[in-house]
Amino acid sequence: MGSDSLLVEVVTVFRKGEAVRRIGFAAFIVAVMLPAVPVFAQVDLTGTWVRSGQTDNGYAREQVDLLGIPMSADGRAKALSYDIASLSATERQCQMYPPFYALTGPFPLQISIDQDPVTQRLLGWKIAGWGDRDVTMIWMDGRPHPSRYAPHSHGGFTTGTWEGDTLTAVTTHFKMGDIKRHRAFSSDRATLTYRFNRHGDTLTVTGILEDPVYLAEPYVLTEVFRLTTNPNNFPLTACEPIEELPRLHENPALVPHYLPGKQPFVNEATQRYNIPLEAVQGGPETIYPEYRKKLKDKYVPPPPVSRGRGAQPPQQ
Amino acid sequence: MSRAPTSIAVIAGLIALGVAGRVDAQRGGGQPTPPAPRAAAPIDLTGYWVSIVTQDWRWRMVTPAKGDYQGIQLTPEASKIADAWDPAKDEAAGEQCRSYGAPALMSVPGRLHITWQDDNTLKIETDAGIQTRLFHFGDYQTSPNTPRTWQGVSVAQWQTPRANVPLIFRPAERIAERTADAPAVRPGGGALRVVTTQLRPGYLRKNGVPYSENAVLTEHWDLYKRPNGEEWLTITQQIEDPQNLRNAKLVAPLFKKEPNGAKWDPTPCSSRW
Repeated sequence: MGSDSLLVEVVTVFRKGEAVRRIGFAAFIVAVMLPAVPVFAQVDLTGTWVRSGQTDNGYAREQVDLLGIPMSADGRAKALSYDIASLSATERQCQMYPPFYALTGPFPLQISIDQDPVTQRLLGWKIAGWGDRDVTMIWMDGRPHPSRYAPHSHGGFTTGTWEGDTLTAVTTHFKMGDIKRHRAFSSDRATLTYRFNRHGDTLTVTGILEDPVYLAEPYVLTEVFRLTTNPNNFPLTACEPIEELPRLHENPALVPHYLPGKQPFVNEATQRYNIPLEAVQGGPETIYPEYRKKLKDKYVPPPPVSRGRGAQPPQQ
Repeated sequence: MSRAPTSIAVIAGLIALGVAGRVDAQRGGGQPTPPAPRAAAPIDLTGYWVSIVTQDWRWRMVTPAKGDYQGIQLTPEASKIADAWDPAKDEAAGEQCRSYGAPALMSVPGRLHITWQDDNTLKIETDAGIQTRLFHFGDYQTSPNTPRTWQGVSVAQWQTPRANVPLIFRPAERIAERTADAPAVRPGGGALRVVTTQLRPGYLRKNGVPYSENAVLTEHWDLYKRPNGEEWLTITQQIEDPQNLRNAKLVAPLFKKEPNGAKWDPTPCSSRW
């Protein structure tokens, strides 16, 4: 704690005579003699941050691609039963992604602050919503998370703390949703912990997703963003349901899905990349280096490709 | 307790503050001697770390197809180099470690063993490829004749949290509702910044995606100690190489701390696997 801050605390405590009497002389002196440590060390996160988009966080070409996701057996079953046609149901067309989409979605992070109207002190950091992602409000004023039985929203409930120059935020109470481009899902019991590390005009966001239902271990991703003063590619459009698949409107009770063992695209990635099917289906052991030993005798690099030569430059 | 002890306590505190301030000002005759980087470390990176491959699995855990450099914005010249990749040729030339140079090494699945070589040098060893990176703190100087290596020359500095902050970013208090285990501000933290140059040309990916000897690697190492005891390390890497990359490559590989080196598995460089 800096000297000025400590002095303010001393005076405040002095005015509260009752509090000082409870503290006790020795404890008070020990507290005063603590080494100087900067406590209020926050950095400014406001602005529009464009993702570098140089990882496959939100990318998957094959319909079954759980590579690197520590799925549980239930998570894998859920993923393999999913038919993307279900998104064409009227009630699902406008459903939003869960907060993890901040790491996997294509859009920038637009971060602003929400202030107390009287004191102008920080109430929270706000990450603006997109057309398919709810606003994330990171409350900094110490309010508690709701009861575990409280209603869940698409954006969830988020509180934050500073640890030095790093903002740590924890989100709970968000609905079940898509965590990798319609290939895998988190449940409504999941928790997301964010870490925001700013280094100059670069912002690294680390997301630790924990889910006792669909994940066997935390699913951790990072994304690197760059501050931009020209956020000219920031789409915000309202979603409007339309009739996409006539069969779903003719039979509103129909929910597109695949029964166990009937997923028709399960071998797609194996056929294209020669990656064994057990790896394509994810799982906790697949994210550790020693898993390569299991792959070594099974894997043969596919023939040279002429596609996939680089990616589009990141959005500016 | 009466008012007298209360006053004494506060006065003692104020005196202690004043004394501490004077000691700071007088230490070393006005220029305090900074502690050695090892002693000054705001975060402890030492120990064993395992890479967590949740990103780019298809390009990291297996050797991708020749010509598959999706996600990396290559120049036309670099594309030609990648398209000409020949692992047998690298083996014949004794250059099996081309994909284990500093710009790629932290993305190679494996483990790190981090120790202090001396008070000014942090040593990062990898079991994958059996490589060693040395992070030199302070005024480390290299000569133009310093030979280029796979790991290059790395100059490091600690970054500690800033002390001053605008009032606007200080959180509003709701003391009555704040729980003891969730304070809005915790002290501590810090990061390690490392800049690496003097590199020998190598590959960003096993399948021959090139970087040149003029590449500059800038890294920020951030540590996260979780309340459950887990420790995570995020290494933000920016690789600048205009000769081969149309945009700087920005990635942030992840590591998780392990209790010991039981899973340490030194494996030589390989051009093919």
